[in-house]
This record gives sequence, structure tokens and C-alpha cells, in this order.
Amino acid sequence: MKKVFESEWVSRLIDGLLPVFATLAALLVGAVMLLFLKVNPIEAYKALWVGAFGTSNAFAETLVKATPLLLVGLGICISFRGDVINIGGEGQMIIGAIVATWVGLTFTTLPGWLVITLAMLAGFAGGAVWGGIPGVLKAYFRVNEILSTVMMNAIAVQLMNFLLRGPMIDPAQAELASKIPQTARLLEIFRLPRLIPTRLHLGALIAVILAVLVYILLWRTTLGYRIRAVGQNPHASRYAGIKVPRYIVLALLLSGAFSGLAGATQVFGVNYRMITDGSASGFTGSAGFNGIVAALFGQLHPIWSIPASILFGALLVGANSMQRVVQVPSALVIALNGLVVVFVVSSEIWRQKRQRRRLSVARQDGDSPPPADEQPVPHTEAGT
Amino acid sequence: MISDLFSVTVLVGILASGIRLATPYLYAAIGETFSQRSGVLNLGVEGQMLLGAFAAFYVTLTTGNLWLGLMTAMLVGALMGLAMAYVTVNLQAQQGISGIGFYLFGLGMSDLLFQKLMGTVETVKGFPKIHIPGLSDIPGIGEIFFSQNILVYGAYLLVPIAWFVLNKTTLGLKIRSVGENPDAADSLGVNVGRIRYFTIILGGILSGVAGASLSIALLNVFQQNMTSGQGFIAVALVYFGAWRPTGVLGGALLFSLINALQLWVQVLNIPVPSEIAVMMPYVLTILVLVTSVSKVRAPSALSKPFEREN
Repeated sequence: MKKVFESEWVSRLIDGLLPVFATLAALLVGAVMLLFLKVNPIEAYKALWVGAFGTSNAFAETLVKATPLLLVGLGICISFRGDVINIGGEGQMIIGAIVATWVGLTFTTLPGWLVITLAMLAGFAGGAVWGGIPGVLKAYFRVNEILSTVMMNAIAVQLMNFLLRGPMIDPAQAELASKIPQTARLLEIFRLPRLIPTRLHLGALIAVILAVLVYILLWRTTLGYRIRAVGQNPHASRYAGIKVPRYIVLALLLSGAFSGLAGATQVFGVNYRMITDGSASGFTGSAGFNGIVAALFGQLHPIWSIPASILFGALLVGANSMQRVVQVPSALVIALNGLVVVFVVSSEIWRQKRQRRRLSVARQDGDSPPPADEQPVPHTEAGT
Repeated sequence: MISDLFSVTVLVGILASGIRLATPYLYAAIGETFSQRSGVLNLGVEGQMLLGAFAAFYVTLTTGNLWLGLMTAMLVGALMGLAMAYVTVNLQAQQGISGIGFYLFGLGMSDLLFQKLMGTVETVKGFPKIHIPGLSDIPGIGEIFFSQNILVYGAYLLVPIAWFVLNKTTLGLKIRSVGENPDAADSLGVNVGRIRYFTIILGGILSGVAGASLSIALLNVFQQNMTSGQGFIAVALVYFGAWRPTGVLGGALLFSLINALQLWVQVLNIPVPSEIAVMMPYVLTILVLVTSVSKVRAPSALSKPFEREN
């Protein structure tokens, strides 16, 4: 037992599989909850699976739901790598959608491709502003970004409600007594093209391309390197001459921008208008939160976030079919998502322990066993 | 009209509802103050409140016993706190993110249970107003301060108690030392993990009460996501109040009074869009965070997991 305990390869594989174990654990807890609700978990999960992957339409729907998760998740990869916790995805999506919708409803005489491009850029910019504000507050006024982004969410919701009930309301609705708070419908030529004869739209492809670009940004450019350096050690970064506040702002700004784009694609690819039920999730479907879950699951890696987003898109779509088939409220999936987050961050400790053990074994040239305190500690101290 | 705002009846009304509305913030934010002073950022407050609100409401609805409802909310909060403590103390998980996980869990779980067990929005008779003899008859003052329900009084009583425990007791000293310098505290024989377990569970219990104060004392209904961000605001109020119970009290009152003001603005049909009015407390919170936070230092070990060095 004096040599390396496990090869680098096995170790990496285990690290990669930790989120999968975390999900399985969450599904197991979900099964217990289903039993308490007197529902057969196998039937429920089967309905979930069929609803998400059963037909090509179902799978397309899964990808449609995965698209905003991936876009928000890409932003989360950037900000969390920079050690900035952006909880403001919901608000950033809303602002991005509002700005994009405004472009789509204003420039009705321009060609379709141009308006779509402008609207996507506008959504990107709108989200960037909404993320950049907490960034500036954190970098220069030391305001905790978790709190400011949550406040910005609440402000964005009210702004949306105000605009959709007033200045941006569909002129047709303004005439009616019902006054449904929604904008006019976008012209047909402004819709994001569909990829196959389902509801799957170009936004999904854009998201995947952007995932590659974010990977390049984070690991192949100076900007990305600096964002990550600031995230790992702000003090060392400062001594290395990196202007830390600037990269904090950039991390939040870029993060917000991707959420803004997610909001824009929802309007131009799925709903073709904005409508509000008064809450944030009424518009976003909580993608601003679930995108965090997807990115964490993808270990904050843009490429791994692609399958992670598909998984959580599938859970969301499947939850609806589960609700239909076995009458389990789809809220179960929100609770399970929460558990996945808790389990994924909790499992980090094993990854770190193994990493440290690897290092210490490497240091000691494989001649002596690792020090006792770096052995995996059994968790018997619960409740002490 | 604007001038209506300045009549005595309306001012008394604003103050009375402001005092009342501060209740859930006080419970949740005082609980969060304890955990943050010991170095733990609990972002799951919102989820704990939602589950507490549901537990209190459902038990009250089925048994008719308000106190049993309140106790259940405390128990649920304590269990959520226990889970959070295990994850952040034993597993040393990143606190901010695991808090979001617990938030989502509480959000989904309370919704799921609501739909499965109740299905429709119902109401209960919540804690009644207690008119303090003599004092409640004072015009104005009586309505504002001495005609509230027991959970409102409890929330204000909690502030001096929390101040005393944190500043004047050995336990408080231990909590603060664990939050400022866990290594030093550890070397002096303070059990860092145990103190953090205590504060996180206490925070969970108080968040449960905060939720209960909404569902069985102030609003007397339960709806999906009924806390609508109040748990997050409670966390913000801890920063706002510079990690002191008295500061938290000031923040909670300011926030609630502005909220009460905007409610009355809507009641009186003053021509301000209601959405803009609802937005104001959040804008104000950000502004106050900008002006106050930079002057006060957070507990040094806040959100850092403690690992004993051998």
C-alpha cells in the first residue's frame, strides 16, 4: 500500500462521475418521497423518462428547455470560475428579453435576419448591464453580489410587470377589459428559425456554439485566464498586477449577458411575445436558478454543461408528463434539483481529499504512506 | 391624493403595519445573524421559511392548534438547519451554493406538499391580536405598538435577547470567536463544529418561526412561494445591520415601513404605478448596502469552512 492508491485515470473518472452519483442519490431520495405520497416511484420515473425522451417531439422539447439552462449555465461557468456568485439569472433573463422584445417590436420594417441579430445582441447587452451593476457594486463598493443580484431580480420582475401592463402592452389588449399583461406578437419573419419540424429552434445551436466559445475564452485567452486567476486567489492576482476589481465586474457582466441572451431566445424562439403572471418564474420557468444547477453539475465546464443542461431540461419536461400520468406535482423536480445541488457541492470534499492525497503521495516519491490526517475520514461525527 | 398620506389615521396605519410586517424579517434575520457571526452564510433561509410556513399552516388547519403548528414549523426549521450544518460543517461544502440548493429544495417541497395535501388555498384563524390592557387604549400609540399578535411581540423581544446572548454571555463570546478566528478558538478548546451546529440549527428554527409568522399570524393563508424573496431580504438585512441585532432591527423596520408606505400608496390610489412602489424597498436596500457595507467588516471567517490542522 505504499504506492499510489489509484491511477490518475481512475481518479479522474471518479471525479467526473461524482455528479452522476449525486443525481442518483437525489432520485433515490425522490423515490422515498414518492413512496410517502403513495406513488409507485418506478411508474413515476418511467413517466418522467418517456415524457423527456419517448418521442422525437419529446426529445425536441427537452432540448428547447435545455437551451436557456445552457445559456444561463455558460454565464455561471464564467462567474463562478471568477469566484463571483451570480444568483441574478432570473432578472438578467427578464431584462435581456425586454430589450430584445423592444427591438423586435420597434424595427418592424427591417429584414428578419437583421432584426433577429440585433435583438440577440440587445438581449446580450441588456443582461450585461443588469449583471454589470452588481459587479460594479461588488468590485468598488464591496456589496455582496449574492444579495445585490437577488435584489436586482425583484426589481427586474417589477419592471417587467410595469412595462407589460403599461408602456409595452399589446395595443389589442389595451383596448380590451381583460388587459392581459403581454406584448404584441413578433412578426413571423422575426422568429428564430426552427431546426427540424419540431419546436426546436436555432437558439439551441447558438448555445452549443457559444459553449465552445466560452471554453476558448476561459482557457485560451488572457481575459479568461485572469478571470480564473482572480477567482482562485485574488491576493496573488493583485500582486501579479491583475486589476482585480475590473475582472470581478467583467465576470458578472459576461455572466449576466449570457442570461440576457437566454431571455431573448425564449421570446424569439419559443413564445414570440412576452407575457407575465406577475412572478419571475412565470416568464423564466426558473431557468435563472436551474441554469446554476446545470452548470454546477457540469463542474463549471462549458462543454460538460451541454449534457448537464440536457439532463435538467429532460427532468423539467419529464416532470410535466409525470404530473399528467401519476399526478405527482412537477414541483417535485424543483425539490430534487435542490438536492442535486446540495449533493454535488457536498461531494466536492472527496474530490479534494483524493487530489490532496495524490499530491502528497507524489511528494513523498511513493516511499511512505500518506500522513494519517489525509486518509479519507469516515463521517461519523454527524450531530456532534 | 398625496395629502391623504399625512392624515393621522393613515400615519398610524402605516406605522402599525410597518411594525407588523417587520416580524418575519426579524425572526429570520436574527437567526441568520447568529449563523453569520459564527462564520456560516446560510442562504437557505427562504426555503426554511417556506417549509416552516407550510408546516405551521397545515398542522393548524388539520388540528386547529396554533401552538402545535408553530412547534412543527420550528421542528421543520431545525431539521433543515441540521442538514445544512452537516453539509457545511462536516462535508465543508461551499456555503453559498449549498444554501441555494436548500432554497430550491424548500421551494419545491413546500409546493409539492401543498398541492398533494391541500390542493386549494384555504385560510385559518391565526394568532389573535393581544390588546395590552391600558397601553392599547392610548390613541395612536396603542394601535401601533400594543395591539399586535403574540408572534409580533415575540419578534421584538428577540432583539434584546439576541443582543444579550451575543455580547454578554460565554456562548456569545464563543460564537463570535468561532466566526472571527476559528483556529484560535479551537486552540482554546472551543468546539468549532458544535458551535456552528448550534447557530445553524437555531437559525433554522427562527426561519421556521418566520415562515409560521406569515402563514398563521400575519396573512393566515398558504400559497406556493408565498415568501416571495423575504428570506433573501432577511439575509441582506444582516449585512445591512452590520451583524448586530440592533442594526438588524433598524434595517427590518426601515424596510417594512417603506413597504407599508407603498401598500398605503396603493390603497389611497395615489397615482404612482404599483410596480414602481413595490420596487422601492429593493432599490433602497441596494442603496443602503452601498453606503453602509463598506464601513463595517464582516466576520473574518464568514463562509469559510473550518478544517482542523494537525
